[in-house]
Amino acid sequence: MTAIVGAVLVAGACDLRRSAVLDPKGPIALAERDLLIDAFIVMMLVVVPVILLTLFFAWRYRASSTTAAYTPKWAESVRIDTVVWVIPALIVVAVAVLVWRSTHKLDPYRPLASSVAPLEVQVVAQDWKWLFIYPEQGIAVVNQLAFPSGRPVSLKITSDTVMNSFYVPQLAGQIYAMAGMQTKLQLLADAPGTFVGRNSQYSGGGFSDQHFEVIAQTPADFDAWVAKAKQAPVKLDATTYPALAAKSRRNPIAYYSAVEPGLYDSIIAKFTHGNHASGAATPPARR
Amino acid sequence: MFGRLTIEALPLYSWVAVGGAAVTVGGALLVAIVVTWLKAWKYLWTEWLTSVDHKRIGIMYIVVALIMLVRGFVDAIMMRAQQAVALNSGGYLPPEHFDQIFSSHGTIMIFFMAMPFMTGLLNIAVPLQIGTRDVAFPFLNSLSLWLTSAGAGLVLVSLVIGKFSTAGWTGYPPYSGVEYTPGVGVDYWIWAILISGVGSTLSGINFIVTILKRRAPGMTLMRMPPFVWTALCTSVLMAFAFPALTVACGLLALDRLAGMHFFTNAHGGNMMNYPNLFWIWGHPEVYILILPAFGVFSEVVSTFSRKRLFGYESLVYATAAIAILSFTVWLHHFFTMGSSANVNAFFGITTMIIAVPTGVKVFNWLLTMYRGRIEFHPSMLWSIGFMVTFVIGGMTGVLLAIPSADFLMHNTTFLVAHFHNMIIPGVLFGYLAGYMYWFPKAFGFAFDRVWGARSFWCWFVGFYLAFMPLYILGFKGMPRRMEHYNDPSWQPYLMVAALGAVVVLCGIGCMVMQLYVSVRDRNLTRDSTGDPWDGRTLEWSTSSPPPAYNFAVLPEVRDREPFLDMKERGVAYQRPAHYEDIYMPKNSMVGVVMGALAFVLGFAVIWYIWWLVIACGLAMWVALIAKSSDDEAEYMIPAAEVAKIEEARYRALGSRAGGGT
Repeated sequence: MTAIVGAVLVAGACDLRRSAVLDPKGPIALAERDLLIDAFIVMMLVVVPVILLTLFFAWRYRASSTTAAYTPKWAESVRIDTVVWVIPALIVVAVAVLVWRSTHKLDPYRPLASSVAPLEVQVVAQDWKWLFIYPEQGIAVVNQLAFPSGRPVSLKITSDTVMNSFYVPQLAGQIYAMAGMQTKLQLLADAPGTFVGRNSQYSGGGFSDQHFEVIAQTPADFDAWVAKAKQAPVKLDATTYPALAAKSRRNPIAYYSAVEPGLYDSIIAKFTHGNHASGAATPPARR
Repeated sequence: MFGRLTIEALPLYSWVAVGGAAVTVGGALLVAIVVTWLKAWKYLWTEWLTSVDHKRIGIMYIVVALIMLVRGFVDAIMMRAQQAVALNSGGYLPPEHFDQIFSSHGTIMIFFMAMPFMTGLLNIAVPLQIGTRDVAFPFLNSLSLWLTSAGAGLVLVSLVIGKFSTAGWTGYPPYSGVEYTPGVGVDYWIWAILISGVGSTLSGINFIVTILKRRAPGMTLMRMPPFVWTALCTSVLMAFAFPALTVACGLLALDRLAGMHFFTNAHGGNMMNYPNLFWIWGHPEVYILILPAFGVFSEVVSTFSRKRLFGYESLVYATAAIAILSFTVWLHHFFTMGSSANVNAFFGITTMIIAVPTGVKVFNWLLTMYRGRIEFHPSMLWSIGFMVTFVIGGMTGVLLAIPSADFLMHNTTFLVAHFHNMIIPGVLFGYLAGYMYWFPKAFGFAFDRVWGARSFWCWFVGFYLAFMPLYILGFKGMPRRMEHYNDPSWQPYLMVAALGAVVVLCGIGCMVMQLYVSVRDRNLTRDSTGDPWDGRTLEWSTSSPPPAYNFAVLPEVRDREPFLDMKERGVAYQRPAHYEDIYMPKNSMVGVVMGALAFVLGFAVIWYIWWLVIACGLAMWVALIAKSSDDEAEYMIPAAEVAKIEEARYRALGSRAGGGT
């Protein structure tokens, strides 16, 4: 019995270590994970004593105990009051400093420091798939996001439907995608690999299948991938776009050899009717 | 004539849906048949449905809460079963049905289980604890109950006629807008919440006034029992926070019904305003629910440790601090909406600040147990279970409050595990502790301890089994609300979670058994003292169940633990020199009638039956005017009658060996 429980726990621990969030593959997700672990350790300073003390007091001062002290009127202690207010407050001050610094450092809008210029990708959430437009390369892809490892990827994200959340746990965390607006997220993969991306914000019937493949490649492989996409027979423009944007489930990966310039901006502008023309469709918080 | 209501509205789209409808209709019929068979309609109407007595209203609130707990739990176990099997398959529920289930589960558990349970406990305990005869506005109290029930009724009816919302319990636009979900589901959700929200706002106002104006002589603010303090803070939050929800849902209703564009994608709408408004209510709501639970824990831990509550003043300030801070953190529900680092960091830090007063409370309960004589009554088990489990939820909450970490964990099952970790051990365990603590007060006979303890252990173990795997699945990047999935490494955890739900089901079974056994043995376990736990506060000084007027003579308070103080001074159970006539509010059918009209009004709006909307609106207006012009809202209990009731009590007390303490 003990052996079985032990084996299950060990297997569970190994499995946990391989889980997406705890096994990051890029510097941003790594920094976010480390933050999680640091805060976890600090919190354990409070959590573990509370759990142990609760169980210990419950046992020690049980009514059937004949040896435990009993002080029914003892109800005040300035010293203890000070400790229970001040110590948690100090912990919060420490964590607050951590929060302030990390939130600025890991602001998803802040470009990553790198000697290489970032790869720009425009992301459009649709029902129920993801469209990735590569303005430099002039291609578009459905449900597959490829990029060279070691090169920062700068994502501009919007939605052509309801609110979605673009989520790649092993590389960058997530940010909402909203129609008529644009959010940003930075990605960087340390080494080539394949990862899962999802929509994490419930968006309707096809939500469960709305995942996409994220591929970090060597620069040579990436170039080959772009070349392959350029061979695709279809182009994405104002006439082919509506068919793609219509509701559909379980879309296979699809490539478009060319993209009409300005398509991404027009997807945003159709909701704003040019109202945000100068503000470039960023959420008000960032204008 | 019937708007968009046609025969199509019957849930014939799947066997599961038909089954749900059949159980709902069958349950209602069964209740009707039993009441008819017992010839109890008149009794039910005159003694309960039209009652304005806070104790009966409290019991009815809790009946609503327990029924909705079962309904919400059925949703939960259906979701767990679906996810346990739906690896690369559709499971047994299509997405359109699964999505209704997670939406109704959240809506029911927050609005129609937790809120009525909390309001019920406030109703039963607060007036007794502050030594008054009723709440400040007894009719308003009845109206609040029936508006809440009308909302609950709409959610139940959605199972039989039409469909429920698929937009989740938070109903985020633009998905919940008419462009993306045109059916009646979101309307059911909106009107259930709007109608019950009015009830909650009114309850908040009622209890603020009751606590501030109706305390017994000598009960200064700093002598109020801890539960009353939490009730006061919660009521203030209700009165201030619920209007934000009403506005958010009202604007969404205008978008849907009147073609407006508050939250739409196009035409100048801004969906981001909705999460802002919703969570300006939504975060205080968490504390609306949990503060009274904290109050219960304070009462229970002190009573069953046989010890004065440690750090009363600290606890009061912590409660008030939590209430105020709860309005400063709402943005942490959407760190991932593109706010600047300054904004996110600010709200991350305010969120952590709340952890300080909350931590203080935990330490105060711990130090109340320290050098006590702890008796493991089921209420105490819930309290200890709460303390060891709640700190885990608090810890994961602090993790989520770090904006950069939230980018990783938001919208995953980690989040789901976190808030269930607050709401089940925090809120529900607290309410169940209160339910088992005050049951003998409300009914005058014992509540079976053995089944109570069994229920606790099942809930406790079931909780860990059901939610620890969800934390892990969050680390694995599993989003919430998935009807099926393609990652085989998730399935073992989902199976354990489903097993947890089954264990919780056993816990609910034990609660049913507890009720059955207690009612069956009621004549053997009658409590003539009114004070089964050697209590400390005023509710234990009167009989169980208390007479309509609660206290024949209003008690005089000299201490924070007034009843213990009376017992120690030897003045408890003293016969007063004489009795006086007592004036009590008359029963009124207007509350239940207005509730019924509100229900029909909501139903009519949902189905676009406009003539009926106008008719119900007018009828409610007429009922309210009629009630307002009724000058004879009170009746008199003559002093002789009071003396007779009290004499009977003293005889019962005297027949007990020792009588009193």
